[in-house]
Amino acid sequence: MKLVIAYIQPHALHDVKTALTGVGVGRMSVVNAQGAGQQGGYTETYRGSEFEVLLRKKVRLEIAVNDDFLERTREAIIEGARSGNFGDGVIFVVELAECYRIRTGESGSPAVG
Amino acid sequence: MQLSRKSLPILPLLLAAVAPAPAAAQTAADAIFTVNNVWMMVATFLVFIMHLGFSTLEIGLTQSKNTVNILFKNVSIIAIGLLTYAIVGFNLMYPGEFSIGSFFGFAGFGVGTDAAGLTSEYSEGYTYWTDFLFQGMFAATAATIVSGAVAERIKLASFLVFATLYVGLIYPFVGSWKWGGGWLDEMGFYDFAGSTLVHSVGGWAALVGVFLLGPRLGKYVNDQIHPIPGHNIPLAAIGMFMLWLGWFGFNGGSVLSADPGLVSLVLVTTCLAASAGIVSAMLTTWTVHKHPDVSMVLNGALAGLVGITAGADVVSAMDSVIIGAIAGVLVVFSVEMFDRIKMDDPVGAISVHLTCGIWGTLAVGIFSADHSFVTQLIGVLAYGATCLAAATIIFSLIKATMGLRVSAADERQGLDLAEHNMEAYPDYQIMITR
Repeated sequence: MKLVIAYIQPHALHDVKTALTGVGVGRMSVVNAQGAGQQGGYTETYRGSEFEVLLRKKVRLEIAVNDDFLERTREAIIEGARSGNFGDGVIFVVELAECYRIRTGESGSPAVG
Repeated sequence: MQLSRKSLPILPLLLAAVAPAPAAAQTAADAIFTVNNVWMMVATFLVFIMHLGFSTLEIGLTQSKNTVNILFKNVSIIAIGLLTYAIVGFNLMYPGEFSIGSFFGFAGFGVGTDAAGLTSEYSEGYTYWTDFLFQGMFAATAATIVSGAVAERIKLASFLVFATLYVGLIYPFVGSWKWGGGWLDEMGFYDFAGSTLVHSVGGWAALVGVFLLGPRLGKYVNDQIHPIPGHNIPLAAIGMFMLWLGWFGFNGGSVLSADPGLVSLVLVTTCLAASAGIVSAMLTTWTVHKHPDVSMVLNGALAGLVGITAGADVVSAMDSVIIGAIAGVLVVFSVEMFDRIKMDDPVGAISVHLTCGIWGTLAVGIFSADHSFVTQLIGVLAYGATCLAAATIIFSLIKATMGLRVSAADERQGLDLAEHNMEAYPDYQIMITR
């Protein structure tokens, strides 16, 4: 079991979710996030003065998958989020120790998938 | 005002002087003139506040990332409207004498009047200055209508250039055909407060703008409609209420005096049409869309208001209910129809102002025995052809020179950051700089 954490551009969410659904990955959590990568921050102007906004708006996806779903999940996220520019985002994959489905009481691999 | 006690001793003198009737009649006429003028100024204030209504309606029905841009456009439009109306518009719309048939006239640059303009010699209902300001408030409305339809993707500078040319030259030029006493007025065409002269004139330009711009990114994908929900429905609702309030002046002031019977009738037909528009839009959206959609009901109220605007003083109260109800149904199906042909209008401006503006103008020919349906139709077609041509020329020239649409990256980022480098709601993000 793996936990896939991806930071993507907010406007790429629709394409990423469509791509994920297309490969049979329909379960995910999505939260608003702020962050900075190689794209860096940016400046805004307010009443004539510039100030730096160090963080950009991003979207964070959290998807728990069984091992045999990892590759297609990763590829789907890349397919939906890649534009070739700085700021497209990152994907982290971490081992998932345990998982419980609250309604059924299932645990482990069946609970994930 | 305090009454001076010193005036009391002369009371008997005044009573004795009652006999010369002309003096008393003069005083009464002055009082009526003052009352008329005060009402016309109140109506002017009400039309002014419609611009706040247009702003919040447009902001509410669009995405939060374009809020600064929409406020910027709306603040600019009222300024552009009043200034161009002072410089050329007023004298283009009300030339007095036409120089080319009853088609075009221009009484010169700037505004100004002699002493007669400040008295009832100018008009029984208002002074020259009230006339200018009341009509000037109307002028900017035409561009505001375009603003909503082209929102979230038009370049700010391009929009402002368009608004200046369209409001400064086209709106008053075509307006003179009816309100300035031009050829359509001579034919018997009727448009009380501007279903055609204001709302359709704006609506035709909105249609051209939307066509030349294309839809917002992601609105129509693979032949499917992907709605882009507005970010603040309460603001949209405030916009509708502000506009309805403003319409008391828009229609009530178009009586051009405080005539008790006519003004009160007009306010009744106005309110009944708006109410009927709400109810019919409610029933339509509930049955067709399965859910009662509040944004459609807001459009329904405005549809009723636009619909009654052409004939508010010549139709009966009960007819105004029918006119408003039909407008409320029309607006819902019109919004759907434009979406189906991929004409992306974020706030439904074309459906409210053009579709229902045409309906309201034609309705005068149906519900008023004194006006001809054919003449009304000729008016609609004349305005349609001229405004389509004018808006196409202006928008195409802008597109060829300055460009019309922001880049895809700017559109995704939002016009607030891309065009203005600031946000409307900065507290929504973590502010490390503070």
